[in-house]
Amino acid sequence: MTVETVHLPGLLDGLDVIRDDFPILSRTLADGHPLVYLDSANTSQKPQVVIDAMVDHLERHNANVARAMHQLGAESTAGFEGGRDKVAAFLNAPSREEVIFTKNASEAINLVANTLAWARGPLQVGEGDEVLVTEMEHHSNIVPWQLLTERTGARLRWFGITDDGLLDLSDIDELINERTKVVSLTWVSNMLGTVNPVAEIARRAHEVGAVVLLDAAQAVPQMPVDVQASGADFVVFTGHKVTGPTGIGVLWGRREVLEQLPPFLGGGEMIATVSMERSTYAGIPHRFEAGTPPIVEAVGLGAAVDYLAAIGMHNVRAHEEAITRYALEGLATVSGLTVLGPQQAEQRGGAISFEIEGIHPHDVSQVLDSRGIAVRAGHHCAKPAHKRFGVQSSTRMSSYLYTTPGEIDALVDGLEYTKKYFRAG
Amino acid sequence: MDLDALYQEIILDHYKNPHHAGLRDPFEAEVHHVNPTCGDEVTLRVHLSGAGADAVVEDVSYDAEGCSISQAAASVMTDLVIGRSLTDALAVHESFLTLMQGRGGVEPDEDVLEDAIAFAGVAKFPARVKCALLSWMAWKDATARIVAGETAVPTETEETR
Ligand SMILES: Cc1ncc(COP(=O)(O)O)c(C=O)c1O
Repeated sequence: MTVETVHLPGLLDGLDVIRDDFPILSRTLADGHPLVYLDSANTSQKPQVVIDAMVDHLERHNANVARAMHQLGAESTAGFEGGRDKVAAFLNAPSREEVIFTKNASEAINLVANTLAWARGPLQVGEGDEVLVTEMEHHSNIVPWQLLTERTGARLRWFGITDDGLLDLSDIDELINERTKVVSLTWVSNMLGTVNPVAEIARRAHEVGAVVLLDAAQAVPQMPVDVQASGADFVVFTGHKVTGPTGIGVLWGRREVLEQLPPFLGGGEMIATVSMERSTYAGIPHRFEAGTPPIVEAVGLGAAVDYLAAIGMHNVRAHEEAITRYALEGLATVSGLTVLGPQQAEQRGGAISFEIEGIHPHDVSQVLDSRGIAVRAGHHCAKPAHKRFGVQSSTRMSSYLYTTPGEIDALVDGLEYTKKYFRAG
Repeated sequence: MDLDALYQEIILDHYKNPHHAGLRDPFEAEVHHVNPTCGDEVTLRVHLSGAGADAVVEDVSYDAEGCSISQAAASVMTDLVIGRSLTDALAVHESFLTLMQGRGGVEPDEDVLEDAIAFAGVAKFPARVKCALLSWMAWKDATARIVAGETAVPTETEETR
């Protein structure tokens, strides 16, 4: 599917060349259908440079990091720590030491939620304190805070969602108050696509002394992210959605805050010294990286963010906006289809969830799949947000830098076919 | 990929006109099962009479939300088990389970499974097997609770895995 059916302003230059970077995109599926991959918010595809960087590491440089003193150990450590440098640069982090590797975004959020319970001093979350999230969060940014508040006697509160799919900030003065210790919210919603005004919310949270965590799992892939400009204390994302591998996530935290947090997991590499009675701990970032880290994954993630940086995140964002606008127009032509969330491309990331009257999302995605079109059906790990709109599940198409207008056309055709198949509408 | 093998006419008919739908009294057990990956849900009640070898499935009523496969499966199941002895109904359940877990390699027995043979195609779509099994698993669970002597309070949500 390399033919561009239309040219849209904002589309990436050389889209064909970019698509050639992703070997999987030339696959055909059952019955000879070319792959139309519209599930990038779930996980992105991987360019050859990422695959090659990981293979090269495994073929030539494999060893454990830090603790291996030989030449390969030095090379492996350089590859792994090089990944950290690249991520730090990509996020405009003031220091590489503020970049902590985790297993995924979920673990990064759990790290913060747990250590805030264990902290002593001003950061500690305890009885009577409040943790503020939103109704549009991924389960990964709800459940860790439910666990924290249940265990500590703190109270979990949340911003609602307006009918237009935006955060309902009408009660912000009440929700952000002197008891608020943590505000944790998604930068870009994985279900509604909404881009939230995070800097403004962070500013309000800081006025009352709360710490702010941004779930940037859908933001880092989609738009330029500058952690310093974000105003947050913590920003988390996951490697596999930014053209990197699975098995690695990132927690960026402001040094002053990270240094006040106790360790999360105990083990090798996170200590300064260990005796049988007690241990002292390494400084950041290693204090939060117990055990052998995801080495080859860090190498792959480094290659991935370098790849995105070379294309330019402003260009990626413009591309996503162009594709999203085109998709919103296309979906609007399908009768009986309702898009959930904001209707303007400027207000959203590249994920569009929708319903079709009379056809369950599972069945929609099944018929699309028979035509080689991969979308996601279900609650997308955002059950509360679905409930807010009175639906149990939805179908979601999500684009990325390799998505073409032709693929959106294929989706719209596929949806018309689906309706015919089920004789709906 | 043969869509028509999955979406047999029988399945679509049951989906559009489900049999025995809605929650009814009396019942001895009510369960709520969800498919955690997609959010499909069913609340299901079972009414048995008799005990031991004489137990009979008097009624199965349900409120289901989900895709065509999971909805049709609930409808077909009620047709198959209502009015049967519990022993026979459990045998049908076993037979359906074998069909679903057979990855398309099991030849269904129409005498036992009746309309449920239409689900043979579903077994070839691993992602959809759980949809077909949701209400069957709920029925099995509710029945087991009755046999174990538990009372008819709405129970905790169970996951069908
Ligand atoms: C907004 C958001 N937050 C968190 C996550 C969790 O990412 P992971 O499953 O890699 O931890 C996802 C992706 O599934 C997401 O979309």
